[in-house]
Amino acid sequence: MSLTERKCSCCGCDNPEKVQVDAILAKFEGKKGSLIPILQEVQSLYNYLPKDVLEYVAEQTRIPISEIYGVVTFYSLFHLNPRGRNIVRVCQGTACHVRGGKLILQTLEKELGIKAGHTTDDLRFTLETVACIGACGLAPVMQINDDTHGRLTPDKLPAILQRYE
Amino acid sequence: MTMVNLTINGKQIQAPQGATILEAARGAGIHIPTLCYHPELRPEGACRLCMVEASGARTLVASCVYPVSEGMVVNTNTNKVREARKTVVELLLANHPKDCLSCQKSGDCELQKIAADLGVRKIRFDGGERKAHTIDCSNPSLVRDQEKCILCGRCIRVCRDVQGMSVYSFARRGFDTIVAPAFESDLKDAVCTYCGQCASVCPTGAIVEKDDTEKVWAAINDPSKVVLVQTAPAVRVALGEELGIPAGSIVTGKMVAALRRLGFDKVFDTNFSADLTIMEEGHEFLHRLQNGGVLPMITSCSPGWVNMIELKYPELLPHLSTAKSPQQMFGAVAKTYYAEQAGIDPANIVCVSVMPCTAKKAEAEREEMCASGYRDVDVVITTRELGRMIREAGLDFAHLPEEAYDSPLGAGTGAAVIFGTTGGVMEAALRTVAEVVLGEELANVDYHDVRGMEQTREAVIKVGEVEVKIAVVHTLASARKMLERIKDGTADYHFIEVMACPGGCIGGGGQPVPVNSEIRRMRREALFECDRASELRKSHENPEIKQLYDTWLGKPLGEKAHSLLHTHYSAQKR
Repeated sequence: MSLTERKCSCCGCDNPEKVQVDAILAKFEGKKGSLIPILQEVQSLYNYLPKDVLEYVAEQTRIPISEIYGVVTFYSLFHLNPRGRNIVRVCQGTACHVRGGKLILQTLEKELGIKAGHTTDDLRFTLETVACIGACGLAPVMQINDDTHGRLTPDKLPAILQRYE
Repeated sequence: MTMVNLTINGKQIQAPQGATILEAARGAGIHIPTLCYHPELRPEGACRLCMVEASGARTLVASCVYPVSEGMVVNTNTNKVREARKTVVELLLANHPKDCLSCQKSGDCELQKIAADLGVRKIRFDGGERKAHTIDCSNPSLVRDQEKCILCGRCIRVCRDVQGMSVYSFARRGFDTIVAPAFESDLKDAVCTYCGQCASVCPTGAIVEKDDTEKVWAAINDPSKVVLVQTAPAVRVALGEELGIPAGSIVTGKMVAALRRLGFDKVFDTNFSADLTIMEEGHEFLHRLQNGGVLPMITSCSPGWVNMIELKYPELLPHLSTAKSPQQMFGAVAKTYYAEQAGIDPANIVCVSVMPCTAKKAEAEREEMCASGYRDVDVVITTRELGRMIREAGLDFAHLPEEAYDSPLGAGTGAAVIFGTTGGVMEAALRTVAEVVLGEELANVDYHDVRGMEQTREAVIKVGEVEVKIAVVHTLASARKMLERIKDGTADYHFIEVMACPGGCIGGGGQPVPVNSEIRRMRREALFECDRASELRKSHENPEIKQLYDTWLGKPLGEKAHSLLHTHYSAQKR
């Protein structure tokens, strides 16, 4: 179903999401070079960029959808799939690598049942890798949301994950 | 024009201010190899193959985008330049399949030629990571093999800037970068018209026409089948290029001879059904004009164009002529009228067409194209594919005798042959419409107002007492502009001709490569030459067409004509 076809469940009016997307588009109307800020604001609305919403943005801005897709896939800050409530970033930088970062990642993949770059079905966790978070002294290290967890060993991981709903 | 003086390879030359080094060099007869550059597309400077040494520049510069300046000293041929070029090609080849011998583009591949020209003998970076992609053969017209893509971006540019469709874009980044439709969908799910201009400009085998030659060989080799072939107007002035004959040569007779030697049972001409199209479309136009029908009426013989309007402007579909394209009219008539005349069961007829077009393959597969009770056209091959079949059969094309088409679907007039160039359908229609309205013979059949290469042309043509306002449009980007004008009510034309490809069918997506404006001009001149040389230059004078109406079809727009020769359109949702 496209964004324009979705209706609000209460009164059948235009769905509130569309109203919000329209407000974002109105803010940038007629301004060249606004695609990235539009996408950023739309993403903050949904936490990711749904396909039908991108198609709606393309239609309204008259920017070809292929070009929008090109921009979305170029920048790692844009996401085409729903994101988990908690973002786990496992460091795979040099220091973490020599201190077993790979084993931490593998254990997390097993614990969460997903591969890096994916999200659990219940949307509780999204697992990502990063090249360095600047905390090499704590290697191997991971971040969950804004919390940094260092000196990790595989057996510590389940207890840490449990703290995040 | 302000000129600047510069020196290239020790030679003093002048070039217009604002010109690039590449343009200046080519103007002076100095060759610089290129890959992402295309003379008709905006330069991008992506492949770095055209690098040269230029005074004042710290590093080698991409000559396709670097402007000339007064007193500049350029060297295109130093050791440093040659080494850099070779490295670029080696890097491209390190991530490119090495199956040249069995690649469809072999012989026409620009990467292959450059590697040979530069004497690349070993690839220092071989054995590194390779991209792996699945092949997109989702649609009847085009095949995309990403592994052969060198990211030159020509397809992106031609689709966006010339055709206004923007099907492709670069997606992802770094080593993962690919050229892809939105969401990396197959072409069948993208807003692709199958016009094939991307295949026409692709320097490698990454985008090619779907090869249907095996289907043709199979039909020819099946003794239970009667295999008919029709040849589109624009093929006869381009096929020679596939077979070592200079661009602009008219090879109609040799082509007919070659088709017979390939084993086709009857060799017919799409010119016949182009004349038939004019009879139906011309009368449809008069009917609309005299009965308050939807105007402007727009031609419908270019299937890339029909796909575009169905995809993007379905609300304007009532403007399209309901007359089928010549290819489809031929199929419908061949499996009914001809089958009856020749006493052949239409179930045993295989209708092959040779077209300058990749979208024709998709047109033939449209569900509704079975007016005869069978698939009207069974197999469509492009000019390029026919060239391959002739080479495969080992025919000495240049020395074949000139032969004539078979009857009764083989006669065509000068009006039909110019269908192959922009403005031709309009001119052909005017020749017939004028005589039908006036009821007397035209003294002059050349409508020079309609000719030309501007992407949008217009004229007011006096037909008897009536002033007919016409427009001629080619390329889909220009067609979109015209449709926008129809929507906002500023296009007060009666009749518009639209062709999807630059120059019309002479520049079609299935024509020999390379193609550029000069080659298109020569093909076009050749078509007008065919027209001038024709004894009959008006569709309604075609004796086989007269016979068809008199003995079988009845009147134009009559009941039989309606069911066989007209069609309907519907919005395409993808």
